[in-house]
Amino acid sequence: MRELNTLTAHELIALLNIGDISPIDICKGVLDAIKNKDAKLNALVHFDENKVFERVNALAKKDGTKALWGIPIFIKDNICVRDELTTCSSKILDGFCPPYNATVIDKLSQNGAVLMGKTNMDEFAFGSSTETSCYGTTRNPWDLERIPGGSSGGAAACVAADEAIFALGSDTGGSIRQPASLCGVVGLKPTYGRVSRYGLIAFASSLDQIGPVTKDVEDAALLLKVISGHDSMDSTSVNKPVPDYPSLIKRDVKALKIGIPRQYFIEGLDAEVKDSMREAIKRIEDMGCVCEDMDLPHTEFAVSVYYLVATAEASSNLARFDGVQYGLRSKQAKSFIDMYKKTRQIGFGDEAKRRIILGTFALSSGYYDAYYLRALKVRTLIKRDFEDAFKEFDAIITPTSPTPAFRIGEKTQDPLTMYLSDIFTISANLAGIPGVSVPCGFTRDNLPIGLQILGSPFDEETILRIAYNYEQNTDWHKKRPKI
Amino acid sequence: MAITKDTVKYVANLARIELTEKELSHFTGQLDRILDYVHKLKTLDVARLEPTSHVLEMKNIYREDKVKQSLPPSEVMKNAPAKEKDLFKVQKIV
Repeated sequence: MRELNTLTAHELIALLNIGDISPIDICKGVLDAIKNKDAKLNALVHFDENKVFERVNALAKKDGTKALWGIPIFIKDNICVRDELTTCSSKILDGFCPPYNATVIDKLSQNGAVLMGKTNMDEFAFGSSTETSCYGTTRNPWDLERIPGGSSGGAAACVAADEAIFALGSDTGGSIRQPASLCGVVGLKPTYGRVSRYGLIAFASSLDQIGPVTKDVEDAALLLKVISGHDSMDSTSVNKPVPDYPSLIKRDVKALKIGIPRQYFIEGLDAEVKDSMREAIKRIEDMGCVCEDMDLPHTEFAVSVYYLVATAEASSNLARFDGVQYGLRSKQAKSFIDMYKKTRQIGFGDEAKRRIILGTFALSSGYYDAYYLRALKVRTLIKRDFEDAFKEFDAIITPTSPTPAFRIGEKTQDPLTMYLSDIFTISANLAGIPGVSVPCGFTRDNLPIGLQILGSPFDEETILRIAYNYEQNTDWHKKRPKI
Repeated sequence: MAITKDTVKYVANLARIELTEKELSHFTGQLDRILDYVHKLKTLDVARLEPTSHVLEMKNIYREDKVKQSLPPSEVMKNAPAKEKDLFKVQKIV
């Protein structure tokens, strides 16, 4: 039998159901993998083996209502878990243990999942490489000299390396899909409003969504079903029934109409990524889908809109980190205001400071109309592009990232180059639509390549169905890195 | 130049972040390059467009005005860098 840590949640659930294994066996398998690998990867930031055993031993009896009973899960470090360190990989939240659970955490516990610990991320999710974490970068399990993507780099790396069964990440501009693509796993950003954001430490409130990072599409569907649904604690959560994703995605995809946007095949798109895309499209046509070239005319403006809107919202959201209620406080200050300034000087890393300043600038008197308001108006055009597209197409297929994983340090000196690595993922957040990244190939250097499938709002089912059928026709998701 | 050192200094003060001289010049150059890039938004005519601050068609969400149990003060205060009784303690403000 394969080692338990290498299995998916649905495979483990089948073994648990026939009584071949117990939750403690699974946890032991995962803990062994962590001991062997995480010193090299640095994917985990807060993790306590004793607590994991306590939680497994305290598991309520198995019953039919607990969809994830006995399955271990890792959580990105920006999702609140009661009385557990939740630091957004930032010094300014040093020592912070929230007094409450995020809604997704309560849902996981109600479903019998075992919380393992917290995964590394770019500080406050500001980044595409996990290099801005105050705990140091996570390494890509396929090549330890390369970044795992970001900001949910820890989540993607630990799932890819079989240190985890699956994990929860968050996606504001591609932070689930891009690292999933670069690490060769599946990452889903749900529709804005599908999953409650209560207890997700906010980066950009109109863009953030929590979503699954998994080894295959079926697990993504399983986890999505558990975490979705209306929550009165999040006023932007939408009251729509939650479909039975795991069964619905197994239907066929015949005659689905899929758009391939011309604007995504740009200069700067890696040749091997492009070739993999072409092959994937052929495969999807063989499955019975109809693929057609189409246009998303305002694509080239998405990065500009995003880095004004997201930083503006971030500058406002991060005002709460001032040394008064939690986290770090500077002891050098002479006055109250000085305490704010010095706390934020030592507490925030470079990228957080840069984004807060950019966002404050875009919102400040005299610049508001020219930057922030203009960006919001162009956001309308980007959203309309997708509305028009989904009148004609059931889904849209693009590369997830223009390049495979880049080298550690390669883009840290130039923030703009780093921002451009999100070029294919951020439109989905601006438009609020769901998107999933699935493995679709490898470069000659054995680095994973990801395919992104975008769908219309609240139609996670269709994109997961295409992804599932594609996965059934390929073996990319079965390849694992040797560490 | 889309942004000067003085503007960055001014904005950092609004954002309540103290910057070293080195950070100030470093950030000014980087922000200038980013703002130069986002200038492409100026090529679009946006006069007739409504801004999208939020993707959902949202109306106000109302709930019953009922008293519910909240977290006990001891829980809320446990992360405070400095406190006295159930109060956050800071330096003198006025």
